[in-house]
Amino acid sequence: MSEILATLTGVSKSYRKGKETVEVLHNLDLEIPSGDFIAIMGPSGSGKTTLLNLLGGLDKPTSGTVRVGDAEISSMSNNKLSHWRSANIGFIFQFYNLLPVLTAQKNVELPLLLTSLGGKERTNRAQIALDVVGLGERARHYPRELSGGQEQRVAIARAIVSDPALLLCDEPTGDLDRETADEILKLLQILNREHGKTIVMVTHDARAAGYANRSMICDKGSLEHREAT
Amino acid sequence: MRTIRQVFAVTALNLRNLPQRLASSAVAVVGVGAVVLVFAAVLSMAESLQRTMLSTGADDAAVVMRSGSTSELNSTLLNDQVLIVANAPGVLKDGDRPVMSAELYVVTDIRKRSNNTDANVPFRGVQAGAFDVRDNVRITEGRMFEPGKNEIVVGQAAQSEFVGLDIGQSIRFGQIEWAVVGTFEAGGSVSESELWTDVRVLQSAYRRGNSFQSVRVRLESPESIETLRQALDEDPRIDPDVLTERDYYSSQSQGLVQFIKIVGYPLTILMAIGAVFGALNSMYSSVSVRGKEIATLRALGFGPTAVLISTIVESVLLALVGGLLGGLLAYLVFNGFQASTLNGVSFSQVVFNFAVTPELLGQGLKAALAIGVAGGLFPAVRAARLPVAQALREL
Amino acid sequence: MKYVGFVWKNVWRKKIRTSLTILSVLVAFLLFALLSAIGYAFKSGADAADAERLVVIDKVSLINPLPIAYRDRIATTEGVRSVTYASWFGGYYQDPRVQFPQFPVDPYEYFSMYPEFEIPRERLDAWANNRQGAVLGRELAEQFGIEVGDRMPIQATIWTKADGGRTWEFDIEGIFENEDPRSSSAFLLFQYDYFDEARAFGKGTVGWYVLRVAPGSDPVQVGNAIDAQFANSPNETETSTEAAFAQSFAKQLGNIALIVTLILGAVFFTLLLVSGNTMSQSVRERINELAVLKTLGFSDGAMLGIVLAESITIMLIGGLLGLGIGWIVVQGAAQAMGACLPGIFLSPQAMGTALVIMLGAGIVAGIFPAVKAMRLSIVDALARA
Repeated sequence: MSEILATLTGVSKSYRKGKETVEVLHNLDLEIPSGDFIAIMGPSGSGKTTLLNLLGGLDKPTSGTVRVGDAEISSMSNNKLSHWRSANIGFIFQFYNLLPVLTAQKNVELPLLLTSLGGKERTNRAQIALDVVGLGERARHYPRELSGGQEQRVAIARAIVSDPALLLCDEPTGDLDRETADEILKLLQILNREHGKTIVMVTHDARAAGYANRSMICDKGSLEHREAT
Repeated sequence: MRTIRQVFAVTALNLRNLPQRLASSAVAVVGVGAVVLVFAAVLSMAESLQRTMLSTGADDAAVVMRSGSTSELNSTLLNDQVLIVANAPGVLKDGDRPVMSAELYVVTDIRKRSNNTDANVPFRGVQAGAFDVRDNVRITEGRMFEPGKNEIVVGQAAQSEFVGLDIGQSIRFGQIEWAVVGTFEAGGSVSESELWTDVRVLQSAYRRGNSFQSVRVRLESPESIETLRQALDEDPRIDPDVLTERDYYSSQSQGLVQFIKIVGYPLTILMAIGAVFGALNSMYSSVSVRGKEIATLRALGFGPTAVLISTIVESVLLALVGGLLGGLLAYLVFNGFQASTLNGVSFSQVVFNFAVTPELLGQGLKAALAIGVAGGLFPAVRAARLPVAQALREL
Repeated sequence: MKYVGFVWKNVWRKKIRTSLTILSVLVAFLLFALLSAIGYAFKSGADAADAERLVVIDKVSLINPLPIAYRDRIATTEGVRSVTYASWFGGYYQDPRVQFPQFPVDPYEYFSMYPEFEIPRERLDAWANNRQGAVLGRELAEQFGIEVGDRMPIQATIWTKADGGRTWEFDIEGIFENEDPRSSSAFLLFQYDYFDEARAFGKGTVGWYVLRVAPGSDPVQVGNAIDAQFANSPNETETSTEAAFAQSFAKQLGNIALIVTLILGAVFFTLLLVSGNTMSQSVRERINELAVLKTLGFSDGAMLGIVLAESITIMLIGGLLGLGIGWIVVQGAAQAMGACLPGIFLSPQAMGTALVIMLGAGIVAGIFPAVKAMRLSIVDALARA
């Protein structure tokens, strides 16, 4: 493992819940080397998703700093963050979050609308991304015409189409049967090994975590490292 | 540039899933449509009335009445006084005859076609000069009444609004039968609401002796009104009000038009406020239905500005569609619609045609636009501020 | 009753949406209140008219005067208990744009013909004893700031005096009240005797007669008898009940009434759409909650009732608020513009109608979502979640 892609330094995050303040993450330090594939496990409410959101700039820490690449994202404005996210982060959700009114290809093309690429080039790249996830044939289908596993593949294609360094996956197999889940996880592995994507995956499925290089257990806001098996 | 592109992309998405939010979008459209419909109805009523009254008035014709009479109906002028006016300076002469008409103005009850009840229809006795004083009046059908006979010619608007005024029919007021012998037009002006006959005949029918109510004269030029007014003011034998025809009719229409505006505008504004609530509601629900989609887009890197603007654009588009529908409906229902009402000042009916003009529709659309922006703004801000992390979690 | 709290909580589940719906309902009923109050003014108090009073006018037109000599002939017609007369003066005080009626009348006869107008006996006597005296309604006195003992010059627009003057000066001898809010007291009365003597022309005529029929007489027959008496004379008459007379004015305003109806229609259509949409949205969002309720054993009727009650509650809150604000505005307007728009009044009937509409609209808006909730299949609904 060479250089460090992302660093969290002294990160705390608390939410107000009614009158109480709940601290989800407490004084967390974490380094993510470039090219790593980390699974983060832990019970519900342990702060896994919060960690992911902080890395993706969807949320800001109460204290501490978050650096990804050259950017210190914890101090960036919302507008800047949006722009930064489009170029540097790919999100994969448990429920895919595809837009039902768009075809697979148009869904994948969506992040490219944020770049200065022309229409032809956008279509091209979307097609390549779909080919990578093995759904090149399904480009013109609408999400409702696809199976759950296929939908998640489209979502992965959408996450990689702008060639971000970091992929953030929130329970990517949580809604899939075991066989389909394995296919998706293998795909992530390929993206990590052959395409050099750094992946942080939140899951509570130990089998899924097995596909990662290493796992961490997140509990009460602190991380415990566990080396890959 | 980047933002504009995002706006287009997000707006296109919004519009593509509009069908899923059909009901609440339809509510916004109909709400705005209703406002524009009412707006156009009220405005065109006020404007058509005003136009009808004002197009009667020329700047180079004057109405002379007894001083203090607010309307012809209240005035009385004796024959001697009429002669003084006719020979005053400033009055246009045709050869050595002044261009003038001394007139008697009464109202008579005739049934309205629309609700079959009696209405006060203006009945005017005129002299031959009446057609020279008013240059837009001409007989379109039948013939002119013969002086000295119980014959009337009727204005086009009166003919279509009231019962029994077709050529060849005769109509009885009190003990006298009047034969309808002709129809006249007067450029859409208030004169078209009137019945005309020979002033001498009307004087005897209404037992007015040799008295008149007003004298209309043609002026040498619009500026001659001052010459005429000064000359008559200095004459001890007469105490008149001298007004240009335009000023006279504008004073006659003021009360009615103002009444419609005083009642109509606040109602329209209230309705517009109601429509803003409707639009707000539908846009808030649009934002809440699209919460997941908006959060996903934001996670992909679309900026808050794009989300903000696209939500406002959606609201404005819905409002414009509503505005167009309302305007179209107003045009179909009201344009050319003939109505009549009682003008309190002259105590007689004014018949007028609604005109839903392009300018009026333009104003309606502007109102729709304003409602769209007002209804979209707060929901748009909410959409743009949507906490992405939370919205994604709540799915 | 046990569901009241539950329904109330559901109503406020989405505060913004419910508030906006209530506000649109409020605006609609505010409009309703204002339009019906103005509509009432258009009817010129036809509701307040006395069924035993008849009005006699010239058949050709109200503007034609009738001879004073008709008075005795009407009085002796069978079925007539009492008769009096009035005329239209058509003057103004200070500002020609502020119009209010003035009638030359006989003091004692007038007040006995119109018992709804109340004036202290000694003020009436004082007026009757002063030829140039006049009395005016409370609304008008307050508007112009005039008190008993003041001198009030009225500018004539029709009736010049025999000496050529146009200013008629009156001594204000009394102020009369009208407790009935449905009709206006914004007018001035002065003595016919003085009027007839001082005017330059038209002597010996009156504008119209008002008569009261004797108890047990048929007003229609009495009217026909009077009109028959004057048939084929130079001044034929037309006798109608006070209500019909008032209505004939309202009808003269013509299509304006139609337009008002149209506005109301447009408003209510929109109102129904807005609230119906809110209701069906709120049901749609709650499908699985409602399914849970059914699982717990709520009956179909209870489901229907809960959803309907919610929609009716929203209508009632907005509607009653709108009606309340409308009532306040109408009260204010009646005081501020009593003279220029007399008789604006929010009648109990109008408020009753509004209440019925609220309930009806609540039911119409809620019925489809309610039936949907009632027919809900538990399995499907829970599966969908």
